[in-house]
Amino acid sequence: MSTTDPTTAPVRPTATAPPASRLGPLAWARRNLFSSVWNAVLTVLVAPLLAATAYFLLRFVFVTGRWDVVIVNLTNLMIGVFPRSELWRLWLASALLVLVVGLALGNAVAAARILATERGTFAAPGAWQTLRRLAPPLTLLLIIVVFVRTPTPLLLLVGVIVLGLAAYRVGLRIAVRHRRVVQLGVLLGVLAAQLAVTSFGGVSRTAWGGLLLNLYFTVGALALSFPLGILVALGRRSSLPVVRGSCLVYIEFFRGAPLVILLFAGWLVLPFFLPPQFPTPNVITRVLTILVLFTSAYVAEIVRGGLQGVPRGQWEAAQALGLSPWRQTRLVILPQALRSVIPALVGQAISIFKDTTLVIAVAGMTEVLGVAQTLTQQAAFRAQGYILETLSFVSLIFWVGCYWMSRESQRLEARLGVGTR
Amino acid sequence: MTTTAKAAPRRTPLWRDIRIIRVGLQVAFLIAVAALLVWLFDNLTVNLRGLGIRRDFRFLDQPAGFRIPGSDIAAQSPIRDLLAVGFRNTIRVAVPGIIAATLLGIVVGVARLSTNWLVRRTAGMYVEVLRNVPPLVLLVFTYLAVLQRLPTVDNSIVVAPLVVLNNRGIYLPQPQLEGNVVAFLAAIAIAAAVAVVAGIARTRRFDATGRPHRRVPIGIGIVVVLAGVAWLALGRPLTFGLPVLEGRVVRGGWRTTNEYGSVFVALVLYTSAFIAEIVRGSIQAVPKGQSEAAQALGLGGLQRLRFVVLPQALRIATPSMGNEFLNLTKNVSLGIFVAYPELLRIGRQAIGNGAPAPQALLIVLLGYLLLSVVLSVLTNLGNRRLQLVER
Repeated sequence: MSTTDPTTAPVRPTATAPPASRLGPLAWARRNLFSSVWNAVLTVLVAPLLAATAYFLLRFVFVTGRWDVVIVNLTNLMIGVFPRSELWRLWLASALLVLVVGLALGNAVAAARILATERGTFAAPGAWQTLRRLAPPLTLLLIIVVFVRTPTPLLLLVGVIVLGLAAYRVGLRIAVRHRRVVQLGVLLGVLAAQLAVTSFGGVSRTAWGGLLLNLYFTVGALALSFPLGILVALGRRSSLPVVRGSCLVYIEFFRGAPLVILLFAGWLVLPFFLPPQFPTPNVITRVLTILVLFTSAYVAEIVRGGLQGVPRGQWEAAQALGLSPWRQTRLVILPQALRSVIPALVGQAISIFKDTTLVIAVAGMTEVLGVAQTLTQQAAFRAQGYILETLSFVSLIFWVGCYWMSRESQRLEARLGVGTR
Repeated sequence: MTTTAKAAPRRTPLWRDIRIIRVGLQVAFLIAVAALLVWLFDNLTVNLRGLGIRRDFRFLDQPAGFRIPGSDIAAQSPIRDLLAVGFRNTIRVAVPGIIAATLLGIVVGVARLSTNWLVRRTAGMYVEVLRNVPPLVLLVFTYLAVLQRLPTVDNSIVVAPLVVLNNRGIYLPQPQLEGNVVAFLAAIAIAAAVAVVAGIARTRRFDATGRPHRRVPIGIGIVVVLAGVAWLALGRPLTFGLPVLEGRVVRGGWRTTNEYGSVFVALVLYTSAFIAEIVRGSIQAVPKGQSEAAQALGLGGLQRLRFVVLPQALRIATPSMGNEFLNLTKNVSLGIFVAYPELLRIGRQAIGNGAPAPQALLIVLLGYLLLSVVLSVLTNLGNRRLQLVER
């Protein structure tokens, strides 16, 4: 969206920002709130409205809100009907995930720093900056910690966080040339985490619930739809009309259909499409299949945008090097295309995360919104309007997650300079 | 003749000929896709036969066996009629929803660029709060935590004389036509025609003399005056039925159920946040020089927006807006979670009453796809009209 003025484009932003103008509060108010009659009227109209909203919100959070329903049911909201005797498996899986993700993140940051140092744009992030970036998830963590009333989960939580930080530190020190190994480690770690929960006498995914289910569907759908989406995007750009047409139909169908209907179809109709002698896939697999098919259509459109942004000269140069078409795509085109669409992919991640609430359409799926609705039927909380508190808590979880991701994607967009290069 | 000329040029072998490879690849792809589809369809047939489920669409003619709240259609009516009601209910949210979300989105989007710090920040918060919450959470919140928790009938909130609110629904004034309806409608049509003619005449005069045409206020004035005269002359054919709270019942007025109200409100709020972002981005994408040039011409703030910035921004915004309209329409299917009788909900109930799931869901899907297609065709038409004709 942003446009660049050609006369200023070559000038690099310098480290020294212009001095911040110092305005007294009165002068500031005159400039920003009462600069004209119209603005003064608006200010006078909006200010009381805003104040009233803030008052009621704060009163709800600190005075009238009966948060005992969340405190008592925090575990239910987080993992639903997951058997409590197998909780250690989840902690083990979290530890594994935090370990590999920490390593990979540290390694990626190390690579980015080397690149930035070469360009001379490296600036070590200050503590304040890091804190600001991590503010949303830290706030959520703080809120959850406030609701926790037993010491064990707190200790385990601290342990997992410390492990993650340690892994990040180690990741920073792993040589960047080993990044393929680290990436493979992430894949293995994720698989190991799932196996740790489901296998070896573990808990079938059909017994998962709460926020765990939302996160599982988000990560699973995104990870699996990524390769499929790239394939479809390449097919959509193919020079073969039949392939192009088929991919177009696939994309348009899944983008035109409401996800809820597709989920119903996945639940009720999908098993009919398999041979009778096949075992019916469990309901989680069916929902995940639908989410992957649905998401990959959107991923394909995003990747297609990236592919279109790669200049023709890149194809021609790759051809001139004598690369095969497959290697042209893999080594030259895709890295550039994917780099430029990272922000849009984060946007898609936000969208899937929000869409995972729709799986309550399928019977037996108790993701976090479903849990929040059933809590008001517990004997202690029935018919007392506790829905306001439970839904507020769920909204907060989603809000923080989505807001954080969208802020990070805006940051990435600015960093990658999409549209300004 | 020399030997070199005689040697035939070496022909590319068939399997290295790019044309052959292209055709071969496409045929192979086509066969693979066709085989997959045939396999899936074959499995479907075998499975349905094994379960004794019919494979035709005759269930559409069978009596539904359930009723639709808010509609007087009988439970014995064929399923197809109920599905039609569901389709209409989907449109009843989608069309007014699109209009409301667009208006709200434009207001918020413009407010995000206000020179007033407070207004700017408030609009920013509105957008950030609403677009980062799942629409379903917003919907359930509006339904369970707001509308269903409104006071009971005896304690209704009354904004006399226009609105009555309670946990049974929202009651709004209802326009009622009675008496000389045809004559009255004809009078309005004539008034509109007169207004259009006057507008054209004013525009011509503006083109010739450059004096302000003021065609919009003049046109509205003509319609209001003529329609008002007709209304009085014809014995008040149009009245507004106002909702009145009488003890434990609300009489008169137009009742919107909480199901409709929550779907409408939630989707409008959610979509308006996205539209606001599109509007903001499009306005910022209009080069600053345009606004400055308009200022140099002596146009005021609102005039700059109305005549210079918004028309250009609209052009940039149309494709993304069309996308949001589509999203809103698709999201009407979330109505099933609050039992709003839209198409999917009716289809789901039909399945619960014995209709075969594959066919019923297919019809629901086709209904929504039809809406999507119609909407995207309309947006594309609008887009084509708005785009610059480059010479």
